[in-house]
Amino acid sequence: MFDSEFMRLAFAAGAIVGLLAPAVGFFLVQRRLSLIGDGIGHIAFAGVALGYLIGVSPVLTALIASVAGAVLIEVLRARRPEAADQALALVFYTGIAAGVVLVSSAGALNANLFAFLFGSILTVTGGDLALVAVLGVAGLALIALLYRAFAAVALDEESARVSGVPVGLLNVLLAGLAGVTIAASMRVVGILLIAALMVLPVTAASRIAWSLRSALLLAMAIGVGSVCLGLTLSYYGDLAPGGAIVLVAAAAFALAAAGSAAFARARTG
Amino acid sequence: MPLVVQLRGVAYAYPGGPPVLRDVDLAVEAGEFVAIAGPNGGGKTTLLRVALGLERPTHGAALLFGEPAQHATRRSRIGYLAQRARLGVEAPVTVRELVSAGLVARRGVLARPTAEDRARVEDAIARVDLTAQASRMVSRLSGGQQQRAFVAKALAARPELLVLDEPTAGVDVDAQESLARLLGELHRDLGVTILLVSHEFGAVESLVDRLVLVRGSIVFDGSPGALPPTWHDPSHVHV
Repeated sequence: MFDSEFMRLAFAAGAIVGLLAPAVGFFLVQRRLSLIGDGIGHIAFAGVALGYLIGVSPVLTALIASVAGAVLIEVLRARRPEAADQALALVFYTGIAAGVVLVSSAGALNANLFAFLFGSILTVTGGDLALVAVLGVAGLALIALLYRAFAAVALDEESARVSGVPVGLLNVLLAGLAGVTIAASMRVVGILLIAALMVLPVTAASRIAWSLRSALLLAMAIGVGSVCLGLTLSYYGDLAPGGAIVLVAAAAFALAAAGSAAFARARTG
Repeated sequence: MPLVVQLRGVAYAYPGGPPVLRDVDLAVEAGEFVAIAGPNGGGKTTLLRVALGLERPTHGAALLFGEPAQHATRRSRIGYLAQRARLGVEAPVTVRELVSAGLVARRGVLARPTAEDRARVEDAIARVDLTAQASRMVSRLSGGQQQRAFVAKALAARPELLVLDEPTAGVDVDAQESLARLLGELHRDLGVTILLVSHEFGAVESLVDRLVLVRGSIVFDGSPGALPPTWHDPSHVHV
């Protein structure tokens, strides 16, 4: 499997995404914003379509659109927390509609678009890997630097705000990170599935973790494991890699949930 | 004594809604233990949120440590326990991790914890009698223990002002009395200014310096002993 350069590139890019996506998703899940990745993905789709239309790298336009869309969702949510779901819906449907209109205008309803929607990790180039590596390392470094601050906001946002933690700025930063993650992960699992890689490893880890820190580290381990096992199954089983990766992550959640329930029964029974 | 919290002629109405507070004047000196009570919907929590700068008053001014509340710069001096409904205890967080989160504002978002920080965390945990549960997940504690964990979080940064919004909601009588004793100790031993919002203030009645009853405006502000007998259940104040 690793004799082929395309598989080595796929595993390298996938491993970075497998670490970054759950690390960012961890704080979104704790703040009950699990669906925000889907919304950003829809905006990213519009960004890809815009890139095709104006003849600019779709990855670049998707990155700009993702970050801008993520920040917009956060600004709308902060202004009216009680209508946060409406803000998500506004962005979701506007993004997908804009994408459909732009992509049809560009005449780009073809296999290239399919690759962005569902991933094309097996076509990752050295340049793609370099971009994913830069975005991934920067994202992980920011999370490492601000872990305690992000955790304080996720655990008790209002208390953090009262005591002077710059909650607004941290929330915008996290939203921007989510946008970067979506853009970096498009080639690995695709726009339509990336949210799953941000959420499923986190929910699996939360079932078996014994602390907040262990939950984050386990989520990242499950993310990387899902990518590696998913790619392996895809290679030998001739399966769609993006879908295989997400199904492995879903299986990890099912195993963790079953294991946690069995352990709880054994303890009380 | 310097004033910690000041409200001058404060009025507040939620956007598009009727007035919740009218012409509220309140001054809390450093070191006071003030209970804010009143019927549900009377404006107790709104008064607190305006005082903390979480809401902008429609009229009047709110000051925190002498500065406009919405732009106060010394917020790291405040320990705050929000209403139970706002807390996310489902996260896989230990007591120690939760309490450590209370230090972020005081030491800065980029600072790494020091040995002194870790000692403060253990001290706060010990003060609420949760040392044996420090490594346990908050979600596995009883309701009363969870509240004490959040109180420890509010205490970790050694605040000058401790603000608690309905801290006894949903916990049993024993836990309420335990919390009341803890607050009394904090007030006596550390001289912390305490603002406590509750519609069940019976457990702390003997501990507070001052009782403020709110029903759209302040209808009583004085010693609990001076409360008219007919008003003695402040959750059912009729004016």
